[in-house]
Amino acid sequence: MGYQTTTAKMNAIFADLSKEYVIYAPKRYVGDGTFVHIDTIRYGEITDLSEIEFAEKSNYSFKEVLLPISETLFYFTENEMKEADAPKKGAIVFLRSCDLHGLKRMDAIYLENGAVDTYYKRLRDNTKFILMGCENSFENCFCVSMGTQQSDDYDAYLKVAGETVLVDSHWDVLDAALAGATQTPVIPDSVTANDTVVTIPETVPQTLFDSPFWEDYGNRCIACGRCNFVCPTCTCFTMQDIFYTDNGKAGERRRVWASCHVDGYTDMAGGHAFRNDKGQRMRFKVMHKVNDYKRRFGTHMCIGCGRCDDVCPEYISFANCINKLDALVNDTAKEEN
Amino acid sequence: MLDLNTKKIKKNAYRVTKVRGETASRVRVPGGLLTAELLPLIQNIAETYGNGKIHLTTRQGFEIPGIKYTDIDAVNALLQPIIEKLNINQEIPGKGYTSAGTRNISACIGSNVCPFATYNTTNFAKKMEQEIFPNDLHFKVSFTGCANDCIKTRMHDFGIIGMTEPQYEKERCMGCQACVKACKKKSVDALSVENYRIVRNTEKCVGCGECVINCPTRAWTRSPETYYRLVIMGRTGKRNPRLAEDFLVWATEDAIIKIIKNTYGFVTNYIDREAPGGKEHIGYIIDRTGFSEFKKWALDGVELDSRTIVKGPIYWGGIHYD
Repeated sequence: MGYQTTTAKMNAIFADLSKEYVIYAPKRYVGDGTFVHIDTIRYGEITDLSEIEFAEKSNYSFKEVLLPISETLFYFTENEMKEADAPKKGAIVFLRSCDLHGLKRMDAIYLENGAVDTYYKRLRDNTKFILMGCENSFENCFCVSMGTQQSDDYDAYLKVAGETVLVDSHWDVLDAALAGATQTPVIPDSVTANDTVVTIPETVPQTLFDSPFWEDYGNRCIACGRCNFVCPTCTCFTMQDIFYTDNGKAGERRRVWASCHVDGYTDMAGGHAFRNDKGQRMRFKVMHKVNDYKRRFGTHMCIGCGRCDDVCPEYISFANCINKLDALVNDTAKEEN
Repeated sequence: MLDLNTKKIKKNAYRVTKVRGETASRVRVPGGLLTAELLPLIQNIAETYGNGKIHLTTRQGFEIPGIKYTDIDAVNALLQPIIEKLNINQEIPGKGYTSAGTRNISACIGSNVCPFATYNTTNFAKKMEQEIFPNDLHFKVSFTGCANDCIKTRMHDFGIIGMTEPQYEKERCMGCQACVKACKKKSVDALSVENYRIVRNTEKCVGCGECVINCPTRAWTRSPETYYRLVIMGRTGKRNPRLAEDFLVWATEDAIIKIIKNTYGFVTNYIDREAPGGKEHIGYIIDRTGFSEFKKWALDGVELDSRTIVKGPIYWGGIHYD
């Protein structure tokens, strides 16, 4: 159901909801960027709609709400363990269409890929998603190429225009709260084209895995992992077992984000690592995003938010890599014919 | 025939050169940043009254050689729009630069461009210009954005080196150790790992911000406040060239401005009255009075932040030729 209301009323509704939910949205963190006097836009708790950064793309995705950068899974003593408590409150997350598609990728990995991940599920089940519209495409966005520019799989859509708030609710709690508001059809803003257009090869022949094509990336990538950390569909984690320093017999197990670009990702017992070359790390990531995942789950993993291109300190473009790879695949096919 | 008062000419920022009859105009640019529209004006002076050449000085100025002493008034008129645009603290409008004692305040490119910078060096330099110019006493002040010290503040009477106090949000850290590697390889190895999390040795940390720059998740961010390392009494010269030593660490902007202004009082009181040209490097005066006397004058009425570390007594090294 669509509604028109005011920011004051909507803020009052969120104040009421905040008894049950922590509300997360992209916020501007002034001066918290990589360089001095540069802001970061990332997810944080909000209490007022005015805190939400609607005008710009967030540097980091919403994924840290469902998959915290560092999450204690359980505590252990000599003979016992106790699972860490789930947050007392649920979560409401403001996000754009591309990220909402990213949520489906996270669900596929954590809920539909063999055993269900308890820690993800208990957060996921208690989270509501509010769509933020996109009136314009941002730099490096290629959602249209990935088919993620629209989504109706939301609990609500919300648009702020001055003092007016437009809501399309799919959530009975919100419908009840907005009962007195003017009803009106509300259609989410979405883009129909991006400046960046990506063409994905249907299949990439195995022979290209060792192609010199990847060497360029081996020379350029510095293995910082930023592309992974900003990506809403990178879901890898690793474990850290901590023994409390005062005791040593008690501790906790944490899981933390991991990155296939960062040194150590493929380290094994005995000190081996099977993907030391950074070009091969790029190959692994790219193929996972636009080839391997699709073979298992039927859709491409990449949702075209372009954050990896926004953040790379070495100006490596993932989007351009796919286009170059597509050209290479076509050339290879011609040669074989 | 030429009948000149060379003292007045020098005070007007003209040089008495080795070429009889010719002077050179020195156009100083506080903080080293100017808009490109001023370049044609400087070009015009060089081509109309100079010999068509411009020397880039080490203190971020333009020296325009080959000017006839008799053209000084005409050159001053052409300098006026430059002086106004650069917001030079001028004594008499239309009469060119006043006083060449305190040298142009130089600055590295800072946060306008440089990823390592911790503050806007040009803005602080310009602020300092308003506080201490014009002045006849020989002071050299420079600003650098980070501990790399590209402007070489340690060869100045006062060097201001930017610092940030890294803020660590441990919940945003997954332990990739990019900060640890950067600190070890590019800075002072102040970071270590304990239970997969980072421990910063606050005594070693120089506030360069490498951890912040290299952190991929914003676990490390900058402090809202910018801090500065104030290094003092570095110098070049014939007798005892030496690098500046730390005076204050984690100091604030206000404290630095007050200390430098206080030092003018100290120098006025203790300068060698027989010093050639009325100019004596501050460092030599401190060598004579002792550091503690300087410190008393310098810190008079200065409010120090609770984080600020005051070093002392300071002993300078360098090479002694005297």
